[in-house]
Amino acid sequence: MSFLVLPDPDSGVLARRGKIVSQLRRLVSNKSSIIDDEDGRRAFETDALTAYRRMPLAVVLPETTEEVSSVLKFCQREGLPVVPRGAGTSLCGGALPLEDSIVVGVSRMNKVLDVNYENRTACVQTGITNLGISSAVSGAGFFYAPDPSSQLACTLAGNLAMNSGGAHCLKYGVTTNNVLGIKMVLMDGEIIEIGGGHLDMPGYDLLGLIIGSEGQFGITTEATVRILRSAEAARPMLLGFNSNEAAGACVAAIIGSGIIPVALEFMDKPAIHVCEDFAKAGYPLDVEALLIVEVEGSEDEIDDLLGKITQIAERHDPLVVRISQSEEQSAAIWKGRKSAFGAMGRISDYYCMDGTIPTSRLPEVLKEISRICEQYKLRVANIFHAGDGNLHPLILYDANNSEEVEKAERAGAEILKLCVDVGGCLTGEHGVGIEKRDLMTVQFSHTDIEQQIRVKRAFDPDWLLNPGKVFPLDYQKTR
Amino acid sequence: MAEILTPGDENDLANIIAEAVTAGAPLEIRGGGTKAAVGRPIQTAGVVSTSAMSGITLYEPRELVLSARAGTPLVEVETALAENNQELAFEPLYLEMVLGEPAAPSTIGAVFASNLSGSRRIYSGAARDHFIGVKAVNGLGELFKSGGRVMKNVTGYDLCRGLSGSWGTLAVMTDVTMKVLPSAESSQTIVLTGLIDDIAIDAMCAALTTPYEVSAAAHLQQSFVARLSDPELSALGAPLTALRVENFSSSVAYRIGKLGEALKAFGDISVLDEDWSQIFWSDMRQLKVLQGSSDPLWRISVPPKSGAKVVESIKAHHPTCQAVYDWSGGLIWLVMPPISDAGASEVRRAVAASGGHATLIRADAATRTAVDVFQPLEDGVTALSGRIKAAFDPHGILNPGRMYAGV
Repeated sequence: MSFLVLPDPDSGVLARRGKIVSQLRRLVSNKSSIIDDEDGRRAFETDALTAYRRMPLAVVLPETTEEVSSVLKFCQREGLPVVPRGAGTSLCGGALPLEDSIVVGVSRMNKVLDVNYENRTACVQTGITNLGISSAVSGAGFFYAPDPSSQLACTLAGNLAMNSGGAHCLKYGVTTNNVLGIKMVLMDGEIIEIGGGHLDMPGYDLLGLIIGSEGQFGITTEATVRILRSAEAARPMLLGFNSNEAAGACVAAIIGSGIIPVALEFMDKPAIHVCEDFAKAGYPLDVEALLIVEVEGSEDEIDDLLGKITQIAERHDPLVVRISQSEEQSAAIWKGRKSAFGAMGRISDYYCMDGTIPTSRLPEVLKEISRICEQYKLRVANIFHAGDGNLHPLILYDANNSEEVEKAERAGAEILKLCVDVGGCLTGEHGVGIEKRDLMTVQFSHTDIEQQIRVKRAFDPDWLLNPGKVFPLDYQKTR
Repeated sequence: MAEILTPGDENDLANIIAEAVTAGAPLEIRGGGTKAAVGRPIQTAGVVSTSAMSGITLYEPRELVLSARAGTPLVEVETALAENNQELAFEPLYLEMVLGEPAAPSTIGAVFASNLSGSRRIYSGAARDHFIGVKAVNGLGELFKSGGRVMKNVTGYDLCRGLSGSWGTLAVMTDVTMKVLPSAESSQTIVLTGLIDDIAIDAMCAALTTPYEVSAAAHLQQSFVARLSDPELSALGAPLTALRVENFSSSVAYRIGKLGEALKAFGDISVLDEDWSQIFWSDMRQLKVLQGSSDPLWRISVPPKSGAKVVESIKAHHPTCQAVYDWSGGLIWLVMPPISDAGASEVRRAVAASGGHATLIRADAATRTAVDVFQPLEDGVTALSGRIKAAFDPHGILNPGRMYAGV
């Protein structure tokens, strides 16, 4: 891709690469923690925004917080940019290296340190996968609530950096609502602990500032998270409609009735077809819009709630009302939704957008998205966390066709501007990264951005942590 | 008493702050002033109140979102929500009557600036978890915004949470946007009587590890029970432990039954029906049992299972201190006898042993000058907090020193 400019590498740094690597080796106990050969580094040259690639100077995979501290202190002294990395699943280029940067990955710090069921907390190292936390406590009937689609692979460290959400955050909130404390290494190597096993933190809400700071404030190595007792059971239902308007009205009516389903997902026709082809989830193919509505409780409570939702839906002329009849059907329904991105990837390259809109604007926004994509002669499929307004248009294009690539990026930018225009935002859960960096001025004034930049400098005055991202480069000149 | 300035809009406010910067004259920042007696006493030439910036500016019940000017009375927001069977799920505390007769109503801006959440915090999260958008003026007199009106938003840094609990020391909020939720159709409360503190906490934590979504869990020592509004409860003459379930009516009945079975080993169980349940938790929101005293009052947050141990440890030195537990033991309202340091050294020692924090919510000005009101922070965090303060208010104009010296 050609659109986005990345900071020029420092040729002086590139020239002394050998010396830097040998100095890094002295900072870690396990020599395999430093990766400097070309094949090894290639595994880290991109993330899930694969259109952008940069070979990092070197990769460090520390095994302790103290090693992270030594490495950051060294990098600060040497003026080396640092790119923090979890599992590299960022869709916005949040983990994209720079050529003169050291990638510091937390993947080797992946242990569960302590679980306390009575206090409903788990203390873990942040290299653990998102699903790994739930797996560690599921035997006792507990789970960790945020559930991004990449939960099998993505790390808690990445979730903390991006304040990740998921399909079930309508009821349970996103990462920032489910974390009580962190241990973090600042760029100068200082190790700080914030919060802990108790609720709310003393002093300023630094935890709130740090979560979602896209790896630009420090590297978190440990976290205490809230774990919750799982519901007795959960069951989804499918509601199919002959228009996006009807589906949107049904969503508003469900929420207006006082029911907050644990998940409320929307798919448009192209998305339904692609997901059904892939997952054989039993989605109806003759509808324009499909809702997946999931509720929790005892079996009787679920029957009762789904009955209430069915009554509401019937006022909006549904073509299909289908309640899952078995664990297998439920799993298939979710498999279809959660594999949407993978399924789409089988048929085409795609560019995944992540704007949020006020839910009442859904029908007009979907129409406008269609118009924008038609104008660029691109196909689009829409997946939407309908309860909270988080929209994922997937723009299909051919990555080997540079003209299409540029058209896809332009269409994406227009869609995100549309989201902001109707009262929403550029990104609901994926983050800004490099991808939406230059659109920040659409949503924020100069003063808004300057205020954020001053907070950044309070953590990292030299702009060494994850530079080149989140803000237009003009705002990052101190580098 | 300094003059109280009441800017009518954000531009007036920005001018006032810009002038204060030029004059090098710090300002005290408040909403209605109901919590002005919380924090280290500060003396400023001027006082700025947001009270003239008032009114709900957007309310979309079906999108679960409400925006209001920061000086809007909290009660006005809650009334508008109640008309649509909605609420602020974190049950904002009404501290007024604990701190003294208020002159003006508490404001919605101050709810977020203080981040004080009520009993449902264990289930629904804190005030900060519902704070999704803000407009504010920083200590340079610049108007800025963060977040917005949609509840899922990771665009840029999360300055809403950055301002949460900052007690007006970073910026003056002019507009706040919050996530609102439907009120439950029904609620009931299980009551256990006669439990000593640590057994009560065992019972509450056991209740919270069931799947029945207990939305509040509190324990009152005997001396406080007599002050409850419910005449039957106040006549109990024994400690009381309360566990609330909220949901659709049929679910509440089912869950209360299941919960009762799960807790029967802890003793006889009674159930407060809808009305009495509401009255009990309304008492908790207003901290009714802590009113009518000027004795020092601490608000302590610890891991729930440590709650009784923390109180026990303080009691060893101050035998007459008394505790109300909320958040299944994780929140302790501790009333100390009127001694010179309000018991600060023992409170802080006990909290340090379990991990957590303590804030001196009520004490006379001399005590609040002499002891740390807010939990002292580790050196690294103190330094970082100073840099955050400088990022918003480099000249130290806004509530300087209210939370910490130099911040």
